[in-house]
Amino acid sequence: MTERRLDLGGLGLDRGAHLLLRRTLEPLAPGDRLAVDGRAPALAVHLGAWCRAEGHRLESPAPGLAEPPVAVVVRGDRDDERWMTATRAGAPGDVVRRPPPEWGLAARGALVEAGGPEPMFDLDDRDLLWADVAPRLYAHAAARQWDPAMAIPWNEPFQVPDEVEAAVVQVMTYLTENEQAALIVPARFLGRIHPHFREVVQLLAVQVADEARHMEIFTRRALLRHDELGTSSAGGRASLFALVEETDFALASFLLSVLGEGSFVDLLAFLERHAPDPVTRRVAWLAMQDERRHVLFGVAHLAQHAKADPKVRDRLRAAIERRYDALRDTAGLNAEVFDSLVLLAAGGWSPEQIETGYARVQRLEADMDQGRRRRLERLGFPADEAEALSALHTRNFM
Amino acid sequence: MGPLVMGAVCYDPKVVTIWTGFRRWFVERGLPFDFVLYSNYERQVEDLVAGHIQAAWNSPLAWVRARRLASAHGLTARPLVMRDTDRDLTTVIVVRTDSAAEKPADLDGRTVATGAVDSPQATLIPLAGLAEFGAEVTVRRYDVGVGLHGDHISGERDAARALAAGEVDAACLLDASHLTFLREGTLRAGATRVIGQIGPYDHCNMTVVDTAPAALVDRFAELLLGMSYSDARLRPLLDLEGLHSWEAGRVTGYEVLEAAADRLGFYGPEGQILAADYRP
Repeated sequence: MTERRLDLGGLGLDRGAHLLLRRTLEPLAPGDRLAVDGRAPALAVHLGAWCRAEGHRLESPAPGLAEPPVAVVVRGDRDDERWMTATRAGAPGDVVRRPPPEWGLAARGALVEAGGPEPMFDLDDRDLLWADVAPRLYAHAAARQWDPAMAIPWNEPFQVPDEVEAAVVQVMTYLTENEQAALIVPARFLGRIHPHFREVVQLLAVQVADEARHMEIFTRRALLRHDELGTSSAGGRASLFALVEETDFALASFLLSVLGEGSFVDLLAFLERHAPDPVTRRVAWLAMQDERRHVLFGVAHLAQHAKADPKVRDRLRAAIERRYDALRDTAGLNAEVFDSLVLLAAGGWSPEQIETGYARVQRLEADMDQGRRRRLERLGFPADEAEALSALHTRNFM
Repeated sequence: MGPLVMGAVCYDPKVVTIWTGFRRWFVERGLPFDFVLYSNYERQVEDLVAGHIQAAWNSPLAWVRARRLASAHGLTARPLVMRDTDRDLTTVIVVRTDSAAEKPADLDGRTVATGAVDSPQATLIPLAGLAEFGAEVTVRRYDVGVGLHGDHISGERDAARALAAGEVDAACLLDASHLTFLREGTLRAGATRVIGQIGPYDHCNMTVVDTAPAALVDRFAELLLGMSYSDARLRPLLDLEGLHSWEAGRVTGYEVLEAAADRLGFYGPEGQILAADYRP
């Protein structure tokens, strides 16, 4: 019988010879024989142990050969049986509607051995999670990461009246508190999303990292010239807690990204425009770039969701109303935050300046309302309903 | 009829996972089956012969004792099935590369490290082998997991470490353990040399005694032999238990150990425990 031969040279099974053995045995059929040559000490001993563990059989070389091999490996079928029932976890570029739980943590498109754990990823519906823009948004997000230490001119000299500085501190305190909530909400969903929707997981992971940096830069700006932070109102925290409590992905994403972060984009644009100093201007601008991306994803995946299941709009509507009812008896926006925004936009205490500042904040609220209505219409709400729903959004902005 | 009750020694927590998984599989296929865990093989064998359990997942040494004990009671024990990986093991005698010893007989008068007192592969078989080669040696034994019949690899690892550290002249190891210790770095590549190989011999088997209900035993064997590595539910359990397929049991692979147990006076011909320093 013709036997294949493999010369391992001086390489032993304690130093990687199994790679050569596997490579040579792989194309053979079960029962085929492979004569193995080699000079490694104890090769024959180790071949016996290795074959036993790998499901192959070891035979002594036939007597009378001129140049006998060390041993003959008779190929087993263990590996074939292991992979016989394996299936692909979809294709790398193709997102399936409902990935099965047994794909688990396998990379999309990997060959998945049958068996193993079936982890519970309860967010496993493409219609609920996916947005076609997600891969591009993730790439954009990854490319636009910035270093808080370098991206902001922390040491640039500036002069701001004490009370305007205090207003900046109050606004930064409020922003930090809001970013805490904006970090927790996606973080809570991350572990529930089926890894098949990789780009969504990546995007939300970067979103969490974005919020972590926002918390850092807002806090740092607040403490740039003051030793103490501003106030945190009970009503503001109640409003944010209503966000954090939402366990439904679509509703949480709607309340946070479409309505809350959407309003925040306008707020950050306002701060950038009226900032009394270059540091505030820069932190507002940087955070705004990130928040825009968060809003884009929220709107995009909910629009796809609403297209696949128009009834989701009823649930979105109910979510706004429920939150409105829950917060009806709370103060909403911290009064000191509102006044600080006015003073910040006013730049001073003269009646004319305050009047200007007040008008600017009113304009901000109108812009926020416009933006919310526009996004609600993108989700398929008629204009009159979008107007009514926007009016129910929390007075806390987020 | 009650279930077929099998004994297994819990040398590792995975034993619970393995046999709980197999139990589910047997019961789903209509075999009433349960298992009990033992802390050592001696009590398991005694209970098997006494009829308290109908099958025992036995070490090779436990098989030797079960066979003798059953015979002494006028019964017959037989290996029902074994793992494919239980066949044709060997033990190696290893020295440091710079040793003058070329063959086992050269270890006469030297110190040799072994596994636990009751390890077939790392103590009984090699010590009997050395005696046969005419080498009288001083034994440095590493008694880890006494009563587990060498299922615990730590004793062998300690023996290998002692060899590497120059504390002993040779170490006795299962062939696969030698490879493992080289791969994991317990032994440095090129630092040791194999001067003797003893075997082949067989390892564990599922022992039954002829008093067990034949119908249950036959069905048990049929289900074990029918387990396929391609079954995704079974494969993790088979991997844990370290086999690819169950094979029919055979008695031919235990002669080396039977002779070693006699030569070293470990068990008597009727299954008595003779080894004075063996405390499972």
